[in-house]
Amino acid sequence: MSEVIVITSGKGGVGKTTTSANLGCGLAVLGKRVALVDADIGLRNLDVVMGLENRIVYDLVDVVEGNCRLKQALIKDKRYDGLFLLPAAQTRDKDAVSPEQMQKLCENLKEEGFDFIIIDCPAGIEQGFKNAIAGADRAFVVTTPEVSAVRDADRIIGLLEANGLNNPMLILNRLRIDLVQRGEMMNIEDVTEILAIDILGVVPDDETIVIATNKGEPAVSNLESRAGQAYRNIVQRILGQEVPFMSLEEEPVSFFEKLKELFRH
Amino acid sequence: MDFFSFFKKKNTPASGSVARDRLKLVLVHDRVNCSSQVLEMLKTDIIKVISNYMEIDEEELDIQITQTQSEENNGTVPVLYANIPIKSMRKMQD
Repeated sequence: MSEVIVITSGKGGVGKTTTSANLGCGLAVLGKRVALVDADIGLRNLDVVMGLENRIVYDLVDVVEGNCRLKQALIKDKRYDGLFLLPAAQTRDKDAVSPEQMQKLCENLKEEGFDFIIIDCPAGIEQGFKNAIAGADRAFVVTTPEVSAVRDADRIIGLLEANGLNNPMLILNRLRIDLVQRGEMMNIEDVTEILAIDILGVVPDDETIVIATNKGEPAVSNLESRAGQAYRNIVQRILGQEVPFMSLEEEPVSFFEKLKELFRH
Repeated sequence: MDFFSFFKKKNTPASGSVARDRLKLVLVHDRVNCSSQVLEMLKTDIIKVISNYMEIDEEELDIQITQTQSEENNGTVPVLYANIPIKSMRKMQD
């Protein structure tokens, strides 16, 4: 039984690629066979986040156009068995691929015996988005708790449902717990109430993500990382286990810190 | 509410709830794909039609798109809300 999951958001820069990489690695750690597909043709990025940028020979467009076999284009991850990347083409544009071709590609990946095929969708609602969702069985919508990102997420949810991808699930990324506690950021309930979809996970804003991305090693394998823990929880939920949402309580702030804060106002 | 919040400025609401309320409003319009221009045109037309039958207070007229709980499922659905104060009925001739 294999499943094609598209990671989408509408707005750029909210963490689609980071989420794709972390979920892919997280599933592979647990022994699943995973194909990560970078559908952002022309703006290839999943390869650098995964640290596999030096291994690319063929890409998605080469496969679709028949310049190589699917197996030749799939790059094996250096850390985890069973994890493969199909990189996007860097020198072509979104029109190089059609939704029908993407559907066919997803079918072929299923036949290769992957348990999960994770598609990293480009930002926007144009051709690249339509391509990325064409072969998907389900969709995860990534957003941050900001008005622009949530508004775009709402639009994307509408478009997903119009295209038969019902019940997309939400990943709320880069939540600043300190800001939420001060009331200066929308909280989890605000966002889920507005978007009216089920939440799959909440990833706190975490510098370990920046560090992990710098190194090309997804944070999900870092046991110290809070964001990594959030991704591990999401992976468990994808596999059908019930995992409680991690406590998002901030470390208690010292009296002195509070005094300093007080004088800043 | 902790001890320190007592000293902070209280007159402005925290920006998180401002964001939430602004978003709710903007999404109501986004979802029904109705711009403020369209709403203004609709308002003009409604005044035109109703004025055939009754004299209304155009100043106090209030038309907006809001949300209400759907009866079928648990979600919300957009509704067109219009509050049109009547000054007097026109005499109908037939």
